[in-house]
Amino acid sequence: MPNLEKPKLINEMKLKLPSLSVNESAARAIVAAFAAQANPTVSEVADIKCVVSEAVTNCIVHAYPQTMGVIYITVQIYSNRSIRLEIRDRGVGIGDVRQARQPLFTTSPESERSGMGFTVMESFTDKMRVRSKIGKGTSVIMVKQLEDFSLFGR
Amino acid sequence: MESGFFSCVCDSESNSATVRLKGEIDHHSASVLRRELDALICRLRPQKLMIDLSGVDFMDSSGLGLIMGRYTLLDSFGGETVLLNPTDRIRRILDLAGFGRICKVEIVKKNRKDGEKNAES
Repeated sequence: MPNLEKPKLINEMKLKLPSLSVNESAARAIVAAFAAQANPTVSEVADIKCVVSEAVTNCIVHAYPQTMGVIYITVQIYSNRSIRLEIRDRGVGIGDVRQARQPLFTTSPESERSGMGFTVMESFTDKMRVRSKIGKGTSVIMVKQLEDFSLFGR
Repeated sequence: MESGFFSCVCDSESNSATVRLKGEIDHHSASVLRRELDALICRLRPQKLMIDLSGVDFMDSSGLGLIMGRYTLLDSFGGETVLLNPTDRIRRILDLAGFGRICKVEIVKKNRKDGEKNAES
């Protein structure tokens, strides 16, 4: 019998980091450590680390080019074993989100950006939403549904 | 040659170089790696550059950009780029970008023959 109740928020972490590139590894390690309490598989942890790294890199490279800004990360763990990640900035914003989400699309090919960031985020999570406003900033919300213990009898 | 991010073994006979990347490749480390790799490539101008990914614990799309850029550089003087031993994780990211169709990806068993043909550079 599927549980139709709205999943309850179990735990939450808020993290604020300046847009320094050394914080890419810090952010993914901290988020992975927090998410560990939901007992993710090795592969699920790797997915989470990767998508956090992508989103934070976007903030550093695109949202705050040549300037320093603040990256806001919120991680929530829900009773249905889903993890909700929000990575937000108050940077330059994205004019055309649909175009930005296209695989291989990049605004900075000269600095060897692969244009695969959003594609990776979308592929490694179950849900991704991008909201952006020019001059106001961007928020990327991703939901990762961890596999169900009861189904796998672990 | 040994750096914090990779080690390199060259074979002057076949004019090939194998670089073994290690640690985590993200946007932060990729910029350093790019500089060091390009210095090495421009000096050696190898006909074949093999990038061994077995020691890479983490890689995001910045790693794709890094590999793509080296591929383009090698290609500019007729060199070939081969990716060695990507982990399943890395393979997944490579496949997202359709990389298997551009670069040759090979799985080879590690055979350490130190000091035989390995010119220290």
